Amino acid sequence: MSDGNGMAPTNYRVPGSVPTGDPIITARFATNGSHTYDEYVRAGGYTALRKALTDMSPAEVHNEIKVSEIQGRGGAGFPAGIKWGFLPEGVYPRYVVINGDESEPGTYKDRLLMERDPHQLIEGIVLTCYAVDAAQAFLYVRGEMALAQEHLAQALNDAYANNLLGASVLGSDFSVDITLTWGAGAYIVGEETALIESLEGERGMPRLKPPYFPAAKGLYMQPTIVNNVETLANVPHIVNDGGQKFHDIGAPTSTGMRMFSVSGHVNRPGVFEVPNGVTTFRMLFEAPEYCNGVRDGKRIKGFIPGGASAPWFFEEHLDLPLDKPTVDKSGSMLGSGAIVVMDEHTDMVAACWRIVRFFARESCGKCTPCREGTTWLERILARILSGEGRADDLETLLSVSENISPGIAWPPKQTTICPLGPSAVSPIASAIERCRDEFEHYIEHGAPMPGIERPALPFQLAAHV
Amino acid sequence: MSRLSVPNEAIAKEIIGRYPRKKSALIPLLHLSQEQNGYITTEAMSHLAELLDLTPAEVYGTATFYEMFKFHPIGEYCVSVCTNISCQLVGAWELLEHAEARLGVKAGSTTEDGRFTLEDVECIAACTEAPAIQVNYRYRYKVTNDQFDRLVDDLSAGELDEEIPKHGTLARVRQRTGQNWSGKAAVEQAKVDAL
Repeated sequence: MSDGNGMAPTNYRVPGSVPTGDPIITARFATNGSHTYDEYVRAGGYTALRKALTDMSPAEVHNEIKVSEIQGRGGAGFPAGIKWGFLPEGVYPRYVVINGDESEPGTYKDRLLMERDPHQLIEGIVLTCYAVDAAQAFLYVRGEMALAQEHLAQALNDAYANNLLGASVLGSDFSVDITLTWGAGAYIVGEETALIESLEGERGMPRLKPPYFPAAKGLYMQPTIVNNVETLANVPHIVNDGGQKFHDIGAPTSTGMRMFSVSGHVNRPGVFEVPNGVTTFRMLFEAPEYCNGVRDGKRIKGFIPGGASAPWFFEEHLDLPLDKPTVDKSGSMLGSGAIVVMDEHTDMVAACWRIVRFFARESCGKCTPCREGTTWLERILARILSGEGRADDLETLLSVSENISPGIAWPPKQTTICPLGPSAVSPIASAIERCRDEFEHYIEHGAPMPGIERPALPFQLAAHV
Repeated sequence: MSRLSVPNEAIAKEIIGRYPRKKSALIPLLHLSQEQNGYITTEAMSHLAELLDLTPAEVYGTATFYEMFKFHPIGEYCVSVCTNISCQLVGAWELLEHAEARLGVKAGSTTEDGRFTLEDVECIAACTEAPAIQVNYRYRYKVTNDQFDRLVDDLSAGELDEEIPKHGTLARVRQRTGQNWSGKAAVEQAKVDAL
């Protein structure tokens, strides 16, 4: 149980463990009072901001981010330095929006960064605004995260009181405001154009593309940079230590340290900041410093490498490094760094249904293939799990999937404005391809295969006729 | 009384001042209204419309998109049990079954005494601490049936009032607009909007 203040029993990596590379943005998580202004300053906080405002031009700050080649940590993995470069010259006002709407199933990292080190994030935001010449940032925090909101509100108030925000930051001619804003329960708002709609006081539905990048037309149709919490938490360290030092960590194709949350059937689930691009899934799952193996010594049946939207991986993928291009080429994605491990007894039909139900519930309803399709998929899967599956149900599932994501390929094509619909297709394609026998057994016998541990799902098994 | 109170209206105006366009303050003001009344009333939405130069229908249109806004009274304690994939794998449905039995209501409903509302919710970003639940958006991790029972007992006895405020109150610390608020972007935005 939580001790109530968020300093909860989450596991972290033990520094000095395999593979090498010390935590950067999670380094202070275990420190008492890590969220307070005094403790942040005591640990050397806001030195990057002082350094930038004293010794560096905005272009020089931007350049360090480019050199670091840090990839966005929200899901798409787009290089932040390049994204910042998309802002059209001379158009003002321009905004920075921070996506703290973490809600991809399996993902647990941004909340920790906001609860335990809010000043690190604020310093990253101010530096970003300085680099791209934005006078205001909006920190959009998921509504359900009450403690994160409290810690951020206090941190912002303290930062203003110490002239780290507002008019003439630290006596310089640079001024910037940060507005803390809350969501109110909608997964789709994590999509950047939906988040902007929500920030404008609208229903959080993704915008029609083009324009493809909010950098051109975003909040109030002004140039806007949208970045994930974890991405910007790294910025003070990149500015302090230099982009090259960050680039030297990890793999050249996936630079720096990166946070992964590993949940499911492992002995020691936790949030681990590891060298990007070189650590393998097997190391994460097996090393005592990380997950310390699968519970009860069981085998892994499959795992989700990058959040509920990602196609599943299996035993043959265990030795892949957590490297963006490698994982992309292998048919999935690292997405939001959410890894979910399923052991040999897992009911894969139930796992597939639960993820699809999520997308069906969270579809915003703007595009017909997603609104109708995800609901159909969920109902058919529920029917199979109720023991009333029909012989042609698998074909119907694939046919509906085909209408949402033609070709059911990776990377997915889509008949929708945003990737939510195709995300529901990922678990269906993976599960039917690799665990077809489990589906067929349910359909034929009205019950799970022997050896499968069926969860206490909210529908009963019908007496099979 | 479901219009914002005088002190809350002052807070509302401060919030509005932190956005270049008024309508952007709508969701924060809906939260403020829910904090005051426990849910969103029709009268409250009309008042927010006045404050933001919107129609009540526009307020209603936005409000109904978001799951956290409730349009009827709910329990003092909103108990949200995550049943998404990471929690399902380690017993969330079994926990929900227990919670339903303990509270005597099905997920999605409120106990007769109006104290508890039970919800089956989507991922709450505590996946490594599964099965996880929230009470009024305050976390409890790796919850066993016994711990759930104790939690309900403690809540009923008022022993957790300090940690867990009544439904509607999210953050007990507010961002404040200090004297050195720059307001530069709002000035720039007003120039663009005037064109």
